[in-house]
Amino acid sequence: MTTPVLRVQDLHVHYRTAAGPVKAVNGVSFDLAPGERLGLVGESGSGKTTMALALMRMLEQPARIEGGRVLLDGVDLLALSEEQMRRIRFDRLSMVPQGAMNSLNPVMRIRDQMIEIFNAHGRHPDKAERRERIGHLLERVGLKRDVADRYPHELSGGMKQRVCIAMAIALRPQVIIADEPTSALDVVVQRQVMETLGAVQKDLNAAVILVGHDMGLMAQFADRIGVMYAGRLVELAPVRQIFSAPQHPYTQMLIASIPSLEEKRLFKGIPGVAPSLLNPPSGCPFHPRCPAAFAPCPTINPALEETDAGRWVACHLHSEAVLHDSRA
Amino acid sequence: MATIQTALPRQTARRAFRLRKVNPLLASGMVILLALILFAVGGGLLIDHSYAEVGAFLPRQTPNAERVLGTDSQGRDVLAVLILSTPNTLMIGLVAGIAGIATGTILGLLSGFFGGWVDTVIRTITDVFITIPGIAILIVIATNIRNIDVAVMALIVASLAWRFPARAIRAQTLSLRERGYIQIARLNGVGGLELVVREVLPNLLPYIAASFVSTVSQSILATIGLEALGLGPQNEYTLGMMIYWAQFYGAILRGMWWWWTPPIVVIVLIFVGLLLTSAGLDEFVNTRLRKVK
Amino acid sequence: MSFQYLVRRTGTFLLVIVLAVSVNFLIPRLIPGDPIEDRLTQLSATSSGGASIDIAATAAAYRERFGLDKSLVEQYLNYWWDILHLDFGYSLANYPETVGASISAALPWTLGLVGTSTLIAFVIGSLLGGLLAWPRVPRALRGFIPLLMVISAIPYFLLGIILIYVLVIVARAFPAGGAYTFGSTLRFDLNGIADVLRHATLPAASIILAGIGSWALSMRGMMISVLGEDFIKLAHAKGLKQRRIFLWYGMRNSLLPQLTSLALVLGYVVSGSILVEVIFSYPGIGYKLYQAIQSKDYFVVQGIVLILVVSIGFALYVMDLIYPLIDPRIRYQQA
Repeated sequence: MTTPVLRVQDLHVHYRTAAGPVKAVNGVSFDLAPGERLGLVGESGSGKTTMALALMRMLEQPARIEGGRVLLDGVDLLALSEEQMRRIRFDRLSMVPQGAMNSLNPVMRIRDQMIEIFNAHGRHPDKAERRERIGHLLERVGLKRDVADRYPHELSGGMKQRVCIAMAIALRPQVIIADEPTSALDVVVQRQVMETLGAVQKDLNAAVILVGHDMGLMAQFADRIGVMYAGRLVELAPVRQIFSAPQHPYTQMLIASIPSLEEKRLFKGIPGVAPSLLNPPSGCPFHPRCPAAFAPCPTINPALEETDAGRWVACHLHSEAVLHDSRA
Repeated sequence: MATIQTALPRQTARRAFRLRKVNPLLASGMVILLALILFAVGGGLLIDHSYAEVGAFLPRQTPNAERVLGTDSQGRDVLAVLILSTPNTLMIGLVAGIAGIATGTILGLLSGFFGGWVDTVIRTITDVFITIPGIAILIVIATNIRNIDVAVMALIVASLAWRFPARAIRAQTLSLRERGYIQIARLNGVGGLELVVREVLPNLLPYIAASFVSTVSQSILATIGLEALGLGPQNEYTLGMMIYWAQFYGAILRGMWWWWTPPIVVIVLIFVGLLLTSAGLDEFVNTRLRKVK
Repeated sequence: MSFQYLVRRTGTFLLVIVLAVSVNFLIPRLIPGDPIEDRLTQLSATSSGGASIDIAATAAAYRERFGLDKSLVEQYLNYWWDILHLDFGYSLANYPETVGASISAALPWTLGLVGTSTLIAFVIGSLLGGLLAWPRVPRALRGFIPLLMVISAIPYFLLGIILIYVLVIVARAFPAGGAYTFGSTLRFDLNGIADVLRHATLPAASIILAGIGSWALSMRGMMISVLGEDFIKLAHAKGLKQRRIFLWYGMRNSLLPQLTSLALVLGYVVSGSILVEVIFSYPGIGYKLYQAIQSKDYFVVQGIVLILVVSIGFALYVMDLIYPLIDPRIRYQQA
């Protein structure tokens, strides 16, 4: 296996509230290979967006990273100074934002919003070269060159998101985090934007973390899928296996709740209520909603373990140790 | 706030006035205002009103044991004048505020709810009046009226106090009109005026309250401004006229600080009290909205 | 900018002028009593030799002015005719000086003082308000907020009184009033300019101090809502420097709407500065107005009021027309 470009190890993020810490991300670990497309799915409140922001170190009060490591090419991002981190943002680790409609500065032309990326990272000081590069980037995401001279309000939602993609790849980053990049767009445009993202990702051989709750979109885009629940990664496996043989009961319910992959890509809910992150249930956080819960579930929280090559799951049903114990 | 689409049930509007958790801004604002009213009313009962007349005492006394705030160039007791002035100034602000908010609310409701040509006419008039510096019109009116008393002063100030409430209430009515429950009431055949009075008005109450406080504040500012120019009540005491006479007799340049400091302190207290109250109300209205959201 | 918007805005501006002229015309006629008799008796009673008033000439000017023998409509049209020819009549207190001359002598002082200090207050206040909303600013700075609230609650001229007492009477650091040293002639050399600046400092300071508070508070509110926008997040993700995000993303987006609220406070600024001029005997429009009110110089009052209304109306009109050109958001909406 190639050396991973990004390693997340035991990441913890808490929101400090008056009622106590809300554990939004609770000990998440995974590796990301160069050029890989990883999908992160989960209900809202499962901590996926918080984690995406944590990787960029863009959390705002009261959220704080309480522990863990984020290694980009072996360098721990959490140990860098704010200025060092600023230089890494967009240069090596970039992002396509969630709110396509409002992510561009309304009072600046697209060109100026792209130029400032180069300026902030000391790239392309030459004016003509910069111009050429911006034109090229826009064409790459399927836009005309003259879009550079427009203001955001003159563009459609899909065009704005394409501009965001062009910006995200402007400095040829190694990792792109896309946080529900198409949530504000209609279905047809969604598809086009995802195709564009896929195409530029392939060109750059950048790794992508796609955050979302749309299983259909994930199935089309991702190589591997990680399922998050209550701030934890509960299953991580290649996309085909997730869909053909999901192991975690939560994943199984997620898959089952999609009526048909071809017809409808809407993610429907799962019975029960998402757990409180302030006072998470003891043991496995999923056990109150789990149809297969048994003896150890309410008390022991299962660890993420490798069951087959490349397949990880955090569930007592698949844990060697616990199965041994209960048989004995 | 356009983002709030959830219907505001009427109970929540009523609950706005039931203080569950006392808002510190609101509370401190109210305390200041109540203390001032107490000072004015209580003082009015305690002091001899003739102390405030010209020639009651030796003029230009610095504050001393008997004349706590000294006397002015005319021999009036400054404390007595202050005590008699405060309620008048508050009264002008209050009356003008009530008149302004009532007119403004009616105009804003009509304009926002009925739309069409009613809206066009009211909005144009409001826009025109808002563009005009209020003080200018008030000066024209006040210079032409002889024998201004507190009631007339309140009316003069009220004549322009409706402008900002009208605009604010119109905007709120417009956003309310689109909400679900108003639409439903409309579909159920609840018509025009009844709909306004029964469904729209109660939900506007928090905004009207907040807007009322700032209208009172602006009215007091206007009356003090007019008075300081010498255009206030000639035969009754007001805080602005105190400033006017102090300025007129050169109290500032003569260093008679005890003459002009007391009205300034009371005026500043009034404004700070009103500001805190309105900031508190704003916060209150907004947190309520945030919760609903 | 759409044609419709232009027409509507121009219409509002013209209505403002019509309203101001009509109010000036109607109010003296609505109030019972004969203003001429009244004022002339008052004048002859109060003027004690100092400014001798030619009663006969003034009365003639009055009669002609009011044309009281004609019908109300005719009077109204005549009034418009005069106004359109910038003829505001004669000053009563300083006859035969015209109202126009009287005003144009005072206007530059007001424009200089109020214009400059409002601009300074706007710039400092907005910057301060922006910083107060910026999360990476030291907490100590936030302690200013209550102070700003209190200062913004104090009317301009009251602050002026306090400044005079502290810096003129007690510290003797500044002249008490006027625009230049009494008795000297106005010169455009270094000393002359320094003298003018020294006299303008305190009145300007009271306008600036009082103005900063309200600008800072409203800017802070605006900035807080802008900082919650998605584009601020992306700006951070782009690796932009803090200063760039603050100025180009935060300030730029909050300042533009702030300009429109200038419309709402301009009236407040003007009325505030009228009284500041009075307190400092600064020879601008406000002081002239005060003197005119004192001496019942009715035509001067009318003239000044009209000038105030029209110039503020015009300033707002121009601002509304320019605004879409500088804010692409508005430009788009109206296109």
